[in-house]
Amino acid sequence: MTISHHLDHATILRYASGDLDESFAVVVASHIAMCPHCRAAVRAAEQMGGELLDADQTADLSAGALDRMMDALDGADVEVAAPVARPDFGAADGDVPAPLRRFVGPRLGGIAWKSVAPGIRRCSIDLPSEPDSQLYLLHIAPGKAMPEHGHGGAEMTLILSGAYSDDFGRFGPGDVADLDEHVEHQPFVELDEPCICVIATEKKAKFKKLVPRLFQPIVGI
Amino acid sequence: MLAALAVNQTPTTEPGGDPPDDHGGLIARVAEWRDRDAFRTLFVYFGPRIKALMMRSGADAAMAEDLAQTVMMTVWRKSGLYRPERGSVSTWIFTIARNARVDRLRAASSRPYDDVDDLEMASDEPTGEDVTLLRQRAEKVRGALAELPEDQRRIVELAFIDDLSQSEIAERLDIPLGTVKSRMRLAYEKLKVRLENLQ
Repeated sequence: MTISHHLDHATILRYASGDLDESFAVVVASHIAMCPHCRAAVRAAEQMGGELLDADQTADLSAGALDRMMDALDGADVEVAAPVARPDFGAADGDVPAPLRRFVGPRLGGIAWKSVAPGIRRCSIDLPSEPDSQLYLLHIAPGKAMPEHGHGGAEMTLILSGAYSDDFGRFGPGDVADLDEHVEHQPFVELDEPCICVIATEKKAKFKKLVPRLFQPIVGI
Repeated sequence: MLAALAVNQTPTTEPGGDPPDDHGGLIARVAEWRDRDAFRTLFVYFGPRIKALMMRSGADAAMAEDLAQTVMMTVWRKSGLYRPERGSVSTWIFTIARNARVDRLRAASSRPYDDVDDLEMASDEPTGEDVTLLRQRAEKVRGALAELPEDQRRIVELAFIDDLSQSEIAERLDIPLGTVKSRMRLAYEKLKVRLENLQ
C-alpha cells in the first residue's frame, strides 16, 4: 500500500495532545494504523508532550499520597504483553483497520449498509461520547461522484478500498483527505471498483462544545 | 518482548536521584520483578508532574491527585507493555495521562485514543527502533522545543499541558483560529526537520 496523502501537521499535534473529538480521532487512528509515516509523526509529537511533562512544573502531592499509592498496588491486576493478532490489511483476518473494528467488525464485506441514493450506500456509526461531529462510512459505486458531505466545517476522509480523484489528486487505500473548512472539492470514484471510505465531519456548530471545565485553569496562566 | 526489555535496559542499581535517562531501567524493574522501590522512585518523580498537568488541564487539586494515582496505577499494571525502543518513559506516561484526561476531563470524547504502540503491533510493519536512536530522538525533541519561538512554544504548551482545544487557544490568545493552526504546523515542522537529520 503506497500512501501519498497524509495528515495535516496541525492534526498530528491535535491528536497527540488529545484535542480531537471521537469521530476525528477514530479516522486519525485508522489512518495511523495503516500509515507508518504518520505513526512516526504522532509518536514524535507525543514526545513533545513527554518532554513538557519532564520539564514542566510539579504540584505537591498531599500527605499520605505515596502510602496510598503503594497500598493500592497489592490488589492490582497486572497486564503482560500478549501476542497480538496481526490484522494484515486485506489478508485473511480482516481488512478493516483496527480502530474501526469495534464499530463495524473486521471485514468491509460484512458492513451493514443502507442505500441513501442511487449507487451510494452509507453506514452511520453512533459514538458513545455523542460528539458534535458525525462518523460514517460510504460505499460509492464506480464512476459516481461523492455526495456533498461537508457542512462548511472540517472534514476528514480515509479511503479503505477503491479510489477517487479530485482537485487534490488521486486518493487510494490508506490515503486521507484532511480538509479544513471551506474547502470545495468534488471527488469522482474511479471506474473499475467501488470506493469505501470512512468520514468524519463537524456538525454545523462551528466550535466544538466541551463540557464546561470543572474549574478554570488555576495554575500558570 | 520482555526479553527485549531485559536486553535493552540494564536495571539501574544507583540509589535515589535517578536522572530521566534511568526511568527505562526503573520500568524494567517494575515489569520484571514488580519492584516496589523502583515504582516508588517513579511515583515520586512523576506523581507531582502528573498532578500539575491535570491542574493546568482544569482539574481541581483533589481530582488532579486522583488522576495522578490512576495514571501511576496504569504504569504499574502495564509496565510490561512499555517498549523502550518506541519512546521515552516520559512520553509513554504522557500518553497514559493524556488518555486519562480525555476520559475524565473531556466528556465530549470517551476513549477515542488508540495507543500508537498497539497500532504498531497490529500493523504489518517491521517494528523495533534502536534504543540509541531513540535517545538521540528525545534530545532532538528537547532541542526543538527549546528553540521554538515563544509564540509557537506557547501554543504547544497550551495544547499539551493546558489541554486547550484549537478554538480555546484562539480565544485565550485573542488570535484567529487560522493563526493557531499555522503556528502548530510551524512548531511541528521544526521538530520534523530536526528528526529528519537522524534518519
